[in-house]
Amino acid sequence: MTAVTLNHYLIVSAILLTIGVFGIFLNRKNVIVILMAIELILLAVNLNLVAFSAVLNDLAGQIMAMLVLTVAAAEAAIGLAIVVVYFRNRGSIQVEDVNLMKG
Amino acid sequence: MNWTLALPEIVLAVLGMAILVFGVLRKTDSTQLATMFVIGAFLLTGLLVGTREAGFAFQGQFVADAFATFNKELILLGGSLALILSLDWNRSQGIARFEYPVLVLFATVGMLIMVSASNLMTLYLGLELQSLALYVLAAFARDNLRSSEAGLKYFVLSGLASGLLLYGISLVYGFSGTMDFQALHASLMKPAEAPAGLIVGVVFVLVGLAFKVSAVPFHMWTPDVYEGAPTPVTVFFATAPKVAAMALLLRVMGTSFAELVPAWQSLVVMMSIGSMALGALAAIGQSNIKRLMAYSSIGHMGYALIGLAVGSSDGVRGVLVYMAVYVLMTAGTFACILAMKRKGQPVENISDLSGLATNDPGLALALSVFMFSLAGIPLMAGFFAKLYIFLAAVKAGLWALAVIGVLASVIGAFYYIRVIKVMYFDAPAEAFDRRPPALSFVVAATGLFTAFFFLFPAPVVDAAELASRVLFR
Repeated sequence: MTAVTLNHYLIVSAILLTIGVFGIFLNRKNVIVILMAIELILLAVNLNLVAFSAVLNDLAGQIMAMLVLTVAAAEAAIGLAIVVVYFRNRGSIQVEDVNLMKG
Repeated sequence: MNWTLALPEIVLAVLGMAILVFGVLRKTDSTQLATMFVIGAFLLTGLLVGTREAGFAFQGQFVADAFATFNKELILLGGSLALILSLDWNRSQGIARFEYPVLVLFATVGMLIMVSASNLMTLYLGLELQSLALYVLAAFARDNLRSSEAGLKYFVLSGLASGLLLYGISLVYGFSGTMDFQALHASLMKPAEAPAGLIVGVVFVLVGLAFKVSAVPFHMWTPDVYEGAPTPVTVFFATAPKVAAMALLLRVMGTSFAELVPAWQSLVVMMSIGSMALGALAAIGQSNIKRLMAYSSIGHMGYALIGLAVGSSDGVRGVLVYMAVYVLMTAGTFACILAMKRKGQPVENISDLSGLATNDPGLALALSVFMFSLAGIPLMAGFFAKLYIFLAAVKAGLWALAVIGVLASVIGAFYYIRVIKVMYFDAPAEAFDRRPPALSFVVAATGLFTAFFFLFPAPVVDAAELASRVLFR
């Protein structure tokens, strides 16, 4: 049985990042799924930061992870509020319905 | 620890919270008072920014220098202009609430922190403070479907950009062991030995920031958000956050990654060419003037990025002059767009401008000045802004970039001049409503600046020169 090294953490985090990015672009269903995908990206970053912080023996990474957690909470709150406002106007939060302006 | 260097930000944040409490506790509508207080707070902060000495604060997390001062004054100016323009419009559209100026204020605090960031942590926190306020602003007309759609799109794409930026920050931190810009610069003195992971991190950071300045290929949100958001919000989006994001890009690339120029230069060149080309070509088919301005701003960011691609203080000076001119001429153009109202309802099509020269010669003249300036016709401010950028590019041997820039501005001139043609040579349409005095004031002030910049360019250029010496040393 081999020990878990930094590389393992980096690979898991890279996979999480990829799932998050694809979750945003390939998702055709629901805006809430996009919010979850954004959270996934931020968690991938946190995993990276904490793993690096442990290997480097440096606290800055863990402090940064705390800050990211806080900001992610605020961002999720605002994101859900915008989704609620959008739902009131449109009556749907399907991704394919977000098409009033073409861009 | 010299915390007084951060006094402007601290004062502005405290005043913002005070104005928020004031607005909540007051029974009657306090939009006008709150707007005036916020403009007053911007003036005070501008004075405080102007009197700061250079130096580091908070263990090197925060830096005050000539570069920060220049950009902060510009951001405060852009924010103030956007606020002056917002009041009458928000009233007539029934979205005048005191939260609006407060949100603009908090976004501005975030931008000031971004400009003064000297550590990846400060960078991230400033950026998020700005973004969180901007998400809400984009969706501010909450009963309007287009505005909430703009807010949703901006939130999703900006959230993705922040995520990528953060991932880049984590890689840079992991492979260099520090988040401090100066320490990063010192650890990268031998660029050939930079680990691959670090370069990947730099690319992610670059991508995240390119989203914020809306450079191609990360521009997708710009036209929709510009079109959908209430026009005063679009004015704000088009001015202050662009300055802050560009300043942040210059700061990060010009201090911590200054030795890695060969690694990121080609990426910036590609983004710059892409933005200039898209700005020139995609705008041709637009009929909505706010969308036209969105593509125009993508193009302008392309020109500004040439200055970054040069990778020298000369280039930075060019970018700073460009951003100063860009903020004023864009604010002026949007002030003219805000005047486009019939029977209290805003109209946004270019065809609605037809015959403006007979109905309102003053406004038509001002809009012509802005259009000529945006196109870069000689003697207008926009021409000199482009000139400094192209000169820096030629001096650094980036001939191809300068030539493509000139070609793009020639193509771009077509759609700017089409607006002038519609105003002067098409049959007059119904006249617009009377303009509010605040709007006329902004149009006149920015119009005079844009038209007569060539007579006294020295204050802006000298300040930019001083500010640019800080970077790429």
